[in-house]
Parts: sequence; structure tokens; C-alpha cells
Amino acid sequence: MCGTCGCGQDDEISITRPGKENQHDHIHSHEHEHDGSKHSHSHTHSHSHDEGHEHHHHDEHDHGDHHHHHHHEHEKEIVLEQDILQKNKLLAERNRGYFEGRNILAINLVSSPGSGKTTLLEKTITEMKDEIPFYIIEGDQQTLNDANRIMATGAPVVQINTGSGCHLDASMVKRALKELDVSENAVLMIENVGNLVCPAMFDLGEAHRVVIISVTEGDDKPIKYPDMFRTSDICIINKTDLLPYVDFDTEKAKDYALRVNHHLKFFELSAKSGEGMDAWYTWLKETL
Amino acid sequence: MHELSIAMNIVEIVEEHAGTYEINSVSDVEIDVGRMSGVVIDALRFALEEAVKSSVMESAKISINEIPAKSRCLACSHEFEPDDIIAVCPECGHLYADIISGKELKIRKIRYEE
Repeated sequence: MCGTCGCGQDDEISITRPGKENQHDHIHSHEHEHDGSKHSHSHTHSHSHDEGHEHHHHDEHDHGDHHHHHHHEHEKEIVLEQDILQKNKLLAERNRGYFEGRNILAINLVSSPGSGKTTLLEKTITEMKDEIPFYIIEGDQQTLNDANRIMATGAPVVQINTGSGCHLDASMVKRALKELDVSENAVLMIENVGNLVCPAMFDLGEAHRVVIISVTEGDDKPIKYPDMFRTSDICIINKTDLLPYVDFDTEKAKDYALRVNHHLKFFELSAKSGEGMDAWYTWLKETL
Repeated sequence: MHELSIAMNIVEIVEEHAGTYEINSVSDVEIDVGRMSGVVIDALRFALEEAVKSSVMESAKISINEIPAKSRCLACSHEFEPDDIIAVCPECGHLYADIISGKELKIRKIRYEE
């Protein structure tokens, strides 16, 4: 149950530092969420926490009659031409300004679940922490598992649990940043929710978006899920140590990815065996 | 299912404007969705059914305009409408192109009765 308003919704967002589980922060984003099939428009539900707008409860609904009033003589039109994601874009730009002003290299890591994002982070932090200060934001629907894995490497980490949410957005990152207190001249890795579709649309304010595919996936992933490859600028092909055992054709995958987005830069590596990691480390050092 | 977030953003934006103009009920909402925007129109319609409940958009007619994509060939600069995500240039057969439109995602206008 939500601790702020008492509603029974379990899909609120929480932001937690491992080891400080009792001090997490809630974000409420359910002004318009109602229990779909059971929603009755009776006056009994408890959504009294909306900001600045009125609810209009009609006792009787006949949706069939509601749709054709637009020939009424007093009809007025307002041209908005407003970007639907404008709010997120503005917040992302504020995050971006914060990162640039503090020389923080923010990287948004996106992939399907199981491509090896967390293992790549563990390996990178463990091997590079003497040269680069790392800060990590972990995004998952549930659990502190990934944050706990990162904490074991010694890097400061905050876990965002999105509940039923399928992606991180700029406001969640902004909240997490307040918890994390990233130092200047550091690398901030934001591990997005494992999902190759939804996170593509949400700018977090990152300098680079890194899409990761592993060779245990199909080499046609770039054309099956083109939006993520189109909006990323780096593509990591992970688990190359398994190439002898799978049908993955690396050149074919790269060709598909370039046809979706010819600006992509590639790293082929295995976070487990360590092969190919040096080029990734060099890029991180040069980019910071 | 990011379409639910998009749907909730739409309702939020319309509610904000409705508040400014003191509108109790919006009769029409017109939305532009580009073919390369990453939004599936059917999924957006489905999400909107839920998102509009108890809002000023509850009884609004929602029209969604699908905006075609346009690409520019990297080799010959020919502009064409890609019929596939990895369409080759119909002029020179080059494989790489930049998308120059089709990423639109905006609320064009709303209508209401006084």
C-alpha cells in the first residue's frame, strides 16, 4: 500500500539506496489511473490527490451519445501543436545541463533483459575504478538485486523500481540523482529497465545511449527492434566468448544495425572473459 | 507498453490547457503520430480508453493522424518514403539514409463547446 495517500496501488515508483531500504522515495504518477473494469464513477473512490484539475463525475454515462457535439454553434478550437513528450524532454535537458556543468559523463544502457548489462557494469567498475569514479543508477521493475551486485563492487548505487513501468524517464533520474550525489568528473551509468522497445522514447539527459545485444540473441535484433538502434549511438555486442556455440553472425548484425542507424559505433566484447573490454575502457577514458 | 505513458501525457496536457481556458469538457482532440515515432497507434488508442476516464477528455472524439516517414539517401540526397525500416534508396540503391520526418508525436488541436 502506498504510504503517502493510502491507495492500494502497487505500481508506484520507488528509489532506494541499498542498505537504506527504509528511506525510499515514492513518485506518484497515478492521477488518472483507475481500476479499469471496475471503475464505476461512483463518488466513493479515493483519488483526491490530483493536482490542479477537477474530476467530473457523471452519475450516468451513455458513451454513445457523447461523441458528436462538434457541430454545435458555440464550438471553439485551440491549436496546441504541443509535443506530447515535451515535459520529459525539458526535464532531460535540465539533467543534461547538470551533467555538463559538473563534467559527468552520463550513459544510458539499454537492452533486452539478460543481455549482460549488469555484468558489463560489474566488470567495468572492478577493472577501472582506480582510474574513473563510477556512479550507478539501476532501473528494474522490482527488487534490489542489481543494486546489491553493484554495491559489492564498491561503486555508489541507487535502485529505481518502476513497479509496472516499462522504462525510466527523466524525472525518475532527477530524483535518483538527489539520492546519489554524483561527484564531478565522474561516469554515471544508468542501467535502464531491460526492454528493447519502450526506453527508446525517453531521453534521460544522457550524453550517450548504449544499446547492448548479446550473441545468444538473434542477429536480426536491430531490424526487429529498430527504434532502440535508431536512437542509440553506441552498440555493444556482448558475450562474444559464446560465438563458437551459437549461430549469431556478427557482421550481419552490424550490417542490419548500420542500415537502421549508420552513425552507430560498435564494441564487440565479452564482459565475462574480458576479451574486447580494452577498447571500451579506452573509449570511456577518452570520452570523459 | 509505453503507449500508456504517452496516453497519460496527452490527458495531462489537455487537462492543463482545459484548466487555463476553464473548459469542463473537450469535444475533440487531434493528435499527430509519426510512423517512426515509436508509438503503435492501436496500442495508443487502447491506452487512451483507460487514460481519459474521469478527465476532461472522457467524452472527446480522438482523431489520430499518422504522419508518413521520409528518408534522405546518404549518397545521393534523394528523398523518399521508406516502405520498410531498412529500405534502400530507390534512386541509387544506397543502403544508408537519414530519417528526416516521421518522428512527430504531438497534440495538434483541441475543440470544445462553450
